[in-house]
Parts: sequence; structure tokens; C-alpha cells
Amino acid sequence: MKAAIVVFPGTNRERDIAIALEQSTGIAPKIVFHRETDLSGFDLVVLPGGFSHGDYLRSGAMAAQSPVMAAVRAFAARGGYVLGVCNGFQILTEAGLLPGALLRNADLRFLSRDCYLRVERTDTAYTNLWQKGDVFRAPMAHGDGNYFADAATLDRLEGEGRVAFRYADAVGNVTPEVNYNGSQRNIAGIFSDNLRVLGLMPHPEDLVNPLMGGIDGKPMFDSLANLLAA
Amino acid sequence: MKAFVTVNLKAGVLDPQGKAIGHALNNLGFDGVTNVRAGKVFELDLATSDAVLARTQAEEMARKLLANTVIESFKVEIAA
Repeated sequence: MKAAIVVFPGTNRERDIAIALEQSTGIAPKIVFHRETDLSGFDLVVLPGGFSHGDYLRSGAMAAQSPVMAAVRAFAARGGYVLGVCNGFQILTEAGLLPGALLRNADLRFLSRDCYLRVERTDTAYTNLWQKGDVFRAPMAHGDGNYFADAATLDRLEGEGRVAFRYADAVGNVTPEVNYNGSQRNIAGIFSDNLRVLGLMPHPEDLVNPLMGGIDGKPMFDSLANLLAA
Repeated sequence: MKAFVTVNLKAGVLDPQGKAIGHALNNLGFDGVTNVRAGKVFELDLATSDAVLARTQAEEMARKLLANTVIESFKVEIAA
């Protein structure tokens, strides 16, 4: 699998994604800078976390206008796989590649803590090694992770099975108490209509090795390796 | 010409920042403040002297970048 990791000024999680992908696929991803205009030849493009362009205007708003995003749009339109984590998710919504927006956390705090995610769908490139309803631990670290979309959009996402992950407790109960950032319907991650673009706020790449304190997030990268191995 | 673009969260979109500012105002003794919505104002210097064109340009900038119309609404005012 050939993966590209896009780096904007202020991106800071590209190495974590690279480690997770290389461990699962055996191939080191290529780091691509924000001025790049060609993403042909890649199977997967990752927009990692960080504070692209200092989060000026709105988180992800400036990065969404970068030259590379035209290439990411074209790549996604060709059926390419695009993963956006944290700031990457914000960039995908700002670029219109995923619906909705990420608002300031409801309690205004920057949240840096573990959360549990319930897997809502397993027939995708990102989740095929989990069982539906599985729960995994993932660290979150964001100030703007409060997923918002209007009710019609939320109903459409649910109807089309495009909610990827929800904030849950350790055994999978989706409750307001564990919805730390105030997201609509506990949504932590969503898919595009072809299920190939995924955005999520927490960081599965932070738990892919026992030395990191767990391997809870590893199935996502193993899933990608699985599907794209061919 | 100058264009002022005011961007605010849409009605129905939670504004925790506005809420916190409202509480702070109440704490300062401004008891009459019942609600605060926090927004942004962009002051644009435009090369054109045509007010109609200036408005069209500012509105396009607001739609494309200054506002995220999923969550925000905007208002454009033109000044000489």
C-alpha cells in the first residue's frame, strides 16, 4: 500500500500516523507538503492532527484552501481512500469532503484524555477487523471537536450508515456523560457516501504498540493494510 | 472602499463562548444581559470604488472562506 501523509504548517502528528501505518503495512508512507498538487499513485492519503496554520479563522479553514486540497479532492473523487484525524477531520469538513462542522468543545475546554469509541460499521476499509459494537480506547486531544450538523444531515448520515464511531463508555453505552465535547448524537467519526473518506477526532494512531500503553487503535491500520494489500 | 463582514454562529448552533462571556458580564453586575452571541468582524479594504461590486466581492469571500455557512451566517456592510 502506498500512503501519503499531508503536512501543513502547524501539523504535528504526521510521525505518529507514519509509525502506525508502517507497522501495519510494512511500507513507510511518504510525507507530502501542502504545496503539492499531484497525489496520483497513492492508495491512501492521510490528513494528520495538529494545528494547521495556527487554527486561524477556524480550525482547518486555512488548510482547506491549500493547493494540496485540490489534489485531495480529485483523489477522493477518483475513489481514493482519505483518512482525516483530529485537525485532519476539521480540514475535511472545511473542504466540504465530509458534511457538518467541528465546533468549540461544549465546555470550552481543550480536552486531553482517553475516550472509548463504539464501532458502528465494520464493512469498511478502516474497520473490517472489528466487530459491530466493539469498543476501543483512543486518546483525544482537541479544543474544537464538537461535531455539528443540522438535523436533516444527521438523519441522512444515520440513514446511510455513515456514522463510523460514537463516544461510548468502556462497555459500549452511548451516554451524555461520555460525550465530552458535546457532539451531536455522540458522533466521533463519519464516512463519506462511498465509505472511503473517514474523519474522526480521537487518535487511534496513539495506541498501536504496547510501549504506547496499548494496541487498541491498531485494528484500524491493520484493516487498511488488509484491504489495500492487493 | 471598505467592506465589513460580520460573521456569527447561526441561531440554534450552541455558542459556549458567548455563554461564558454572558456569565462574566453578569458577574460584573450587568444583570440585564440575558444572552450573548460571540462573532467576528472582518474589515476589508477593497480596490474598487463601486459599492455594488464591493458587496458582491465581499459576499463571495464570506461564502468561500470568512464564514463556514454550515454553522455561521454573515452580513456585509459597505462603507466609503
